[in-house]
Amino acid sequence: MSSVIPEFIVDKNEDRCIKCKVCVRQCSEEVFKYFEEFDLIRIYNDKCVGCHRCEMMCPTDALTITKNNALYKENFHWSSYTINSIKKQAETGGMILTGSGNDKAYVSYWDRMLLDASQVTNPPIDPLREPMELRTYLGKKPDRITLKEENGEVSLETKLSPQIKLETPIMFSAMSYGSISLNACESLASAASKLGTFYNTGEGGLHKKLYKYGKNTIGQIASGRFGVDTDYLDTCAAIEIKIGQGAKPGIGGHLPGEKVTVEISETRMIPSGTDAISPAPHHDIYSIEDLKQLISLIKEATNYEKPVFVKIAAVHNSAAIASGIVRAGADVIVIDGFRGGTGAAPSVIRDNTGIPIEVALAVIDQRLRDESIRNEVSIVAAGGIRSSADAVKAMALGADAVYIATAALIAMGCTLCQKCYKGKCNWGLTTQDPVLTRRLNPELGSQRLTNLVNSWNLEIKEILGSMGINAIEALRGNRLRLRGVGLTELESKILGIEHAGM
Amino acid sequence: MILNCKGLTYTEINKSIRKAIEDGEKELVMNNINGQGYLFAGVKNSIRAIINGVPGNDLGGMMDGPNIFVNSNIQDCVGNTMNNGKIVVHGDAGDILGYAMRGGKIFVKGKVGYRCGIHMKAFEEKIPVIVIGEEAGDFLGEYMASGIIVVLCKNKNKLDSNYIGVGMHGGAIYIRGEVDEYNLGKGVSVSPLDEWDMNFLTNVLNEYSSDMNSKEKYDLNSFVKLSPLNSRPFQRLYSY
Repeated sequence: MSSVIPEFIVDKNEDRCIKCKVCVRQCSEEVFKYFEEFDLIRIYNDKCVGCHRCEMMCPTDALTITKNNALYKENFHWSSYTINSIKKQAETGGMILTGSGNDKAYVSYWDRMLLDASQVTNPPIDPLREPMELRTYLGKKPDRITLKEENGEVSLETKLSPQIKLETPIMFSAMSYGSISLNACESLASAASKLGTFYNTGEGGLHKKLYKYGKNTIGQIASGRFGVDTDYLDTCAAIEIKIGQGAKPGIGGHLPGEKVTVEISETRMIPSGTDAISPAPHHDIYSIEDLKQLISLIKEATNYEKPVFVKIAAVHNSAAIASGIVRAGADVIVIDGFRGGTGAAPSVIRDNTGIPIEVALAVIDQRLRDESIRNEVSIVAAGGIRSSADAVKAMALGADAVYIATAALIAMGCTLCQKCYKGKCNWGLTTQDPVLTRRLNPELGSQRLTNLVNSWNLEIKEILGSMGINAIEALRGNRLRLRGVGLTELESKILGIEHAGM
Repeated sequence: MILNCKGLTYTEINKSIRKAIEDGEKELVMNNINGQGYLFAGVKNSIRAIINGVPGNDLGGMMDGPNIFVNSNIQDCVGNTMNNGKIVVHGDAGDILGYAMRGGKIFVKGKVGYRCGIHMKAFEEKIPVIVIGEEAGDFLGEYMASGIIVVLCKNKNKLDSNYIGVGMHGGAIYIRGEVDEYNLGKGVSVSPLDEWDMNFLTNVLNEYSSDMNSKEKYDLNSFVKLSPLNSRPFQRLYSY
């Protein structure tokens, strides 16, 4: 018997309950069980993960999920989470797993930065009347360009490195088919295609059904090389080498065998039922020179037609690594902060490793400027971008674009119960159970994602307008439009921004 | 078609290869190769090529179909993520040969370096095969998910490198001669060959000998088979 006290209490109002058993059918965690002989629905609080699916689906509003406030005696040092973790570990001898991003109360620098606006001496712009440019090109930019004139027509003489064109500086971050359902992948792919932006395959290969979205696909290559073949390279618009992930820097991916269904095994090109292991070390990459070798191989294999991304987790020496990545020939660097999500990670890693994306982004942008190589690479910031405001602040700190994934999952129904690793997601997102995956209609999912990004686009345009600028390009790396509140002198210096009032 | 690669960069050579394929060439003889890497990267065609000289790292990376015969040693990372085709090496190979290959064959006459055949995969009938004439370095077949590695240990009749098959969770490694238990990675079991293994090895070794222009026959009873104890090596690491 488990000695863990339930985290949530499921309260059923008997006057309202009509015994329709929707809750019994909806809860994949089997919190509800119907006993026919007594015509009774029994509730098992200990199984509840707090996802609120039953509450939302109950037609008579009979259900309420509440936090178990009496979980353990209140203790500032020994939180209920800590006590439950110890009990679980004492029972099993295993590591505590978790899903999604770091939920601990570390400082969020997004919340300590405020945006500038125009008053009197420089006019704001009304984005509803005037054109606002959000279009973004990712890829290496030349040191200088030369033009040529022929018969009165001016054209570009400089041969540009491959670029991908985004209609909005927001992309969907890597989530593999395997970690999320095919319906969720298709929602992302189709939304990216409607929005003129990109989604990322994660290290899960490309399902046949998704080939048609290839123009809006970034294909990931990691240490396990799942699903990487010439068709994959040809179909994806850009290729991303994954070195690390913000939620679990230095930790690899591991899709447990029970999630490797026939379709997933086909997409990843591995036998079904075996663990899909993608360890943190790429054994062909021990140095910047080795990374250059993999980048060159991909470029040779794709005929120099596609930008190559390199994704790293934000860690203490990210700036020096980023400089190396540029010199290794990457076209785009992705930095994933410690708030970034994951399908599964040991909680001790997720909660204690990495650094905030705001800091990493600021120091990387500065380092590349100092070394005069900032133009040779685009920077994508990822890991815990919650709103258009976070995205705008990221771009002011130096990002060319941002990746969102947790926000995208929330748009598709996720309530951040953080149990992605169990494979029983009640919203049909992080599961392969056909009964559950049907709950997400890809058309609806796609529409909700499109709505989310469109609304952020509107907000970004409002923000740009208020600052009196009409193109996102004019905000990029423009830290003068940011001010800190409640930052120490050192924090302001690292972020490269003045304190409010300065 | 004969391609003189003297002084050409790898990109120029790869362009010539692609051009030759477009022109319908079926065979290429590449002379004066001297360390150029990434040759045949991502090439999707069953063209036959003979390489004279030492090709650089990542030969045949991500390729899908070419049959490459190298009349010398090869360097590191050859056959990286290759999908199909064949690489025959009349010499030794460097480290990380056949990283994550999921189809095709690599035959090496001599020895190979560290971490050969790591992350090998297979899907349905598509099974990658690596045959090594002499010995292999440490971490042979690390993280192997599937596929087959054969080590013929020609000079020694024993494989004494360390961490053989560590983390493997599928596939098989056949070794001619002995292997001590302390040389094996955790989770690897040793067993005699069954009928399927015998048939498979007979066919592969015939093909190997023919490609190596050798008449050598191998006694299948002198082989042992290494396979994973479990296809789920990390099942018990986590709490609930």
